[in-house]
Amino acid sequence: MPAPIIKVDAISKSFGAFKVLDGLSMQVMPGEKLALIGPSGSGKTTILRILMTLEKIDGGHIQVDGEHLYHMERNGQLLPADERHLAKMRQKIGMVFQLFNLFPHKCVMDNVTLAPMLTKGVARAAAEKRAMELLDMVGMADKAKAMPAQLSGGQKQRVAIARALALSPKIMLFDEVTSALDPELVEEVLNVMRKLAAETDMTMLLVTHEMGFAHDFADRVLFFDRGRIVEEGKPDEIFRHPKQERTQGFLKKIIAAGHRV
Amino acid sequence: MTQWSGYLGLILQGALVTIELTLMGSVLALIMAFLAGMGRLPRFFIVRALATAYIEFFRGTSIFVQLFWAYFVLPLAGISLTPLQAGVLALGLNVGAYAAEVVRGAIQSIGREQYEACIALNLGRWQGMRHVILPQALLVMLPTFGNNAIELLKATSVVSLISLADLTFQAQVVRSQTGNTLMPFTTILVIYFVLALVISWGVRSLERRMARGIDGVRV
Repeated sequence: MPAPIIKVDAISKSFGAFKVLDGLSMQVMPGEKLALIGPSGSGKTTILRILMTLEKIDGGHIQVDGEHLYHMERNGQLLPADERHLAKMRQKIGMVFQLFNLFPHKCVMDNVTLAPMLTKGVARAAAEKRAMELLDMVGMADKAKAMPAQLSGGQKQRVAIARALALSPKIMLFDEVTSALDPELVEEVLNVMRKLAAETDMTMLLVTHEMGFAHDFADRVLFFDRGRIVEEGKPDEIFRHPKQERTQGFLKKIIAAGHRV
Repeated sequence: MTQWSGYLGLILQGALVTIELTLMGSVLALIMAFLAGMGRLPRFFIVRALATAYIEFFRGTSIFVQLFWAYFVLPLAGISLTPLQAGVLALGLNVGAYAAEVVRGAIQSIGREQYEACIALNLGRWQGMRHVILPQALLVMLPTFGNNAIELLKATSVVSLISLADLTFQAQVVRSQTGNTLMPFTTILVIYFVLALVISWGVRSLERRMARGIDGVRV
């Protein structure tokens, strides 16, 4: 059995007096597609942000691809990671945000090529060739010269996915990537993600409220509540036969709100 | 009335000095603004303290006194400046202190999500600043920079006090030579106004060009 690509060990995180993550542990296998579901404030987005080094942890350990994320080994000692170590670790991870976070002053093409050119020293021609392949995959090749302001939300999000993929991360984090979209635009983004899951062996972590999509997409579903994983299992187990009362309650509320499971 | 064209020539010479001062002062102000403005972003305490001290000092003291220091007091320390150098120094440092706060405010106005995108794309701090944050912040700075440049233009008249032959100085000369008060002072009033208009238009067209295609910016 291969080693897990992500090992989260008893991490805690508080925002002020509010404990978002409370001794959370989890493991993700290489290539696994994981859906993180749960009520808001349950810590599912926070764990993605921690993996992307956007939030610091208060305690615990995280290993990504065999290396400590927030610590580095020096002479057999574990020290807090410095900026260089973090930069090295970030190469393994890409993230797509709820609000796309495209660079508004750069055209679609430049949004995608900026990071490969700056962080990996890829030549412009090579970066643009790769960017066109990725834009083609997300169905945005004809908009390469457009500015973000000219795009719909769904188009922006597809560009943001291409931008994250351009760095060829081993792990992709999707943080509620369809939550800010008009309902009719959700499907085009989900289609890109289905394609991505089918065509690559990337490890993907997905925080979502699209339960139907989570069911079809994920190999495993984690149900978060109050900073802990309350229940986990195969999509069918979680969605059809949830064991925990809190999971049942949450799914009931979601279905009542009109979401398809 | 015929000799008035000769006096107009004098005033136009003064206008050239004023323009020169404005341009050179603006360049120095811009450099100081970015140094001090970015120096105030949270990073090293020493840099931040230096930047804050500079900004507070030059905003908090009179530009007249600063100019007199540059021209009359610095020589006591063995640093002699020409009137033009002293003028550029005082104007640049003074306006730079105001503009530094514009730089800081504009950089801090760029949303956190842009910084987070930089981290997620593994851009270094400086790479993100240079390619993502500053280009957007510049657009926020521009209108206020226009104000600062106009302030600087108007402040150039203080150099007439250290006998630099700028627009105001030349108007005084013409007035004392002709005994006519209305003509020279009306002329320079108009010239200052036109120069300010040129700055205003220049900045606005720059703004329009840079804002092209960008979201959420009214043009």
